[in-house]
Amino acid sequence: MTTAATLLLWPHPPPPALVRCVDLAGYAWKAAAGDAGAGTGPPVTEGSWAAAVVSAEADPEGAVAFCRALRRGNGTPPPLLLVVGAGHLPALDVREQLWDDFCLSPLEPQELELRLAQLLWRAGRSGGHPELVEHGGLVLNRETYQAAVAGRPLDLTYMEYELLKFLATHPGKVFTREALLSQVWGYEYYGGARTVDVHIRRLRAKLGEEHAGLIGTVRSVGYRFGQARWGAGTA
Amino acid sequence: MEHPKDYVLRTVEERRVRFVQLWFTDVLGAPKSIQITPAELEVALDEGITFDGSSIDGFSRVQESDVLARPDARTFQLLAHLADGAPTARVVCDIVDLDGTPLDGDPRQVLRRALDRARDLGFSFFAAPEMEYFYFAGPGRPGDAAGGVAPPVPLDHGSYFDLTTNDLGSELRRQTVLALEEMGIPVGSNQHEDAPSQHEVDLRYTDALTMADTIMTVRVVVKELAARRGVIASFMPKPLAGVQGSGMHLHLSLFRGDTNAFYDEEDDHHLSGVARRFIAGVLRHARELTAVTNQWVNSYKRLIVGYEAPVYISWARNNRSALVRVPPTKAGRRDSTRIEYRAPDPACNPYLALATVRTAGLAGVERGYDLPAPLVTNLYELTADERRALGIEALPGSLGDAVAELEQSKLMADALGEHVFEWFVRNKRAEWNDYKAEVTPFELHRYLPTL
Repeated sequence: MTTAATLLLWPHPPPPALVRCVDLAGYAWKAAAGDAGAGTGPPVTEGSWAAAVVSAEADPEGAVAFCRALRRGNGTPPPLLLVVGAGHLPALDVREQLWDDFCLSPLEPQELELRLAQLLWRAGRSGGHPELVEHGGLVLNRETYQAAVAGRPLDLTYMEYELLKFLATHPGKVFTREALLSQVWGYEYYGGARTVDVHIRRLRAKLGEEHAGLIGTVRSVGYRFGQARWGAGTA
Repeated sequence: MEHPKDYVLRTVEERRVRFVQLWFTDVLGAPKSIQITPAELEVALDEGITFDGSSIDGFSRVQESDVLARPDARTFQLLAHLADGAPTARVVCDIVDLDGTPLDGDPRQVLRRALDRARDLGFSFFAAPEMEYFYFAGPGRPGDAAGGVAPPVPLDHGSYFDLTTNDLGSELRRQTVLALEEMGIPVGSNQHEDAPSQHEVDLRYTDALTMADTIMTVRVVVKELAARRGVIASFMPKPLAGVQGSGMHLHLSLFRGDTNAFYDEEDDHHLSGVARRFIAGVLRHARELTAVTNQWVNSYKRLIVGYEAPVYISWARNNRSALVRVPPTKAGRRDSTRIEYRAPDPACNPYLALATVRTAGLAGVERGYDLPAPLVTNLYELTADERRALGIEALPGSLGDAVAELEQSKLMADALGEHVFEWFVRNKRAEWNDYKAEVTPFELHRYLPTL
């Protein structure tokens, strides 16, 4: 049931400072359950996570064990970001295969957000089909500009395609209308910010009832791609 | 602007599109299309396609006849339901002179200009129409000479909200709504209307330029899908005497960025000062713009007392005899605060109609017009004296009256631009004179035996 948009956090419960940063960055997350020290715990290897953020602040050795377990799990391991205090940096030495990037604690929220974005962007490019963006039955081909849902091609206008591509390449993140307008349209359009709603509505209509929930409405904030597990969003 | 072009070219290739229709609209709102093949598309996107503008009503004078149709790549859309085996797409065009200057006669330019002005004031203008139309049993394909003369025959005798079974009209409407949804034109609601075989499709709001393109698309899709079943779909304002005609109520709102400029928490009716002055502007200039929103002789056979069409210039919260209605919105739905302008009919040119209504409304906002008190009684029940006492004027009663009002209007001349304004007045006066010269069946029936 987990969507690829969700981050996996460790330990359980995650440190409050980390939770605050991840929430600020707009990602959905779940904490890893199970006994991390033993390197097991079913949720870790089940489902697909957009990325894992592991805090080594309180228990560096436990964190390393958890990273190792994650790397050995079934399927493709998610990209891994380590949060580590400056004093524990030596523990990372010669273990570079265990993590993809790290952040020093105390955390700077914007730094974590940027590093996560970079990590997800790299991960999105490094698969077998770098031009494909896949999510919950939706496939976007960035090379041919084509989109399909459940194998059915979508007849999108250019702006609908660009909006869907932007959302699908930033799953789980909440964007305000203004942010989408400046990121996707990039110029002053007749419709203003309200035009984003119009395009979201058109996209949902084209996605069809079953997949319209891929684009969720976050009340009085904006939109988020990939929250299907909480049911269809409504405009 | 490279990306939209690449997108269009790749999509045409990937989806094996065989024909691309370049759509534009003449001054009277007739859809026009130049069909090209994918091989010609890249040049069309880069440079536009040349055609003889003097062959299009209202476009250009004979001596400057060559013009360019330049596709607006952002409007590219596959026409999934209109293709018979050969995938077809459409793209809406702006019309420009050979040197690239927007053509004065292009209605899309008229609306663009009006929206640019709204944007300069910090507003974006949104519109949502309720489009009414009839299905008639077709003796043949639309356009057959024989089809136009006999009174049209409705497909059924249903009425408002009827849940009719086994009804070709309702089946066609359902197909149309599905086709529109797949083209990304969300339909708010759709229903059987009051009159036999009359149907209504309500569209969800978009910015006004997109909406004008969309209204043209809806008219084409409705007619095309009907024609395939041997049925005539008509947006004629009053095709049948004795039952209500087809209107196109326009729901309008102004936004400032994310915020509905028509909404005010403090106001009793949740109407802002901007909304009040906008309504005042529309009311004050209604007579001047009626020739545009109701542009045919036949339009004025709809705007009569007794058929839920507006006749008198007034506004009300929830009174369907008023020209402007402010629909009640659910608590907290500030974004849906809007006004409903009830005069236009679906046979208008949507670009010009939206441009003139916007101009009238914003004139009210800019010049600070005062809004008269809302109407609380049923206007149709008042006597002429009572109306005069209340200071309530009527809309023009005929195309002739409406053109005379338009011709006097400096504001509408500015809104339409000198070229369209002059051409339109000339064309409509000629139509009115043609009509005046007719001897109608009404006169023969009534007068010949006795006079």
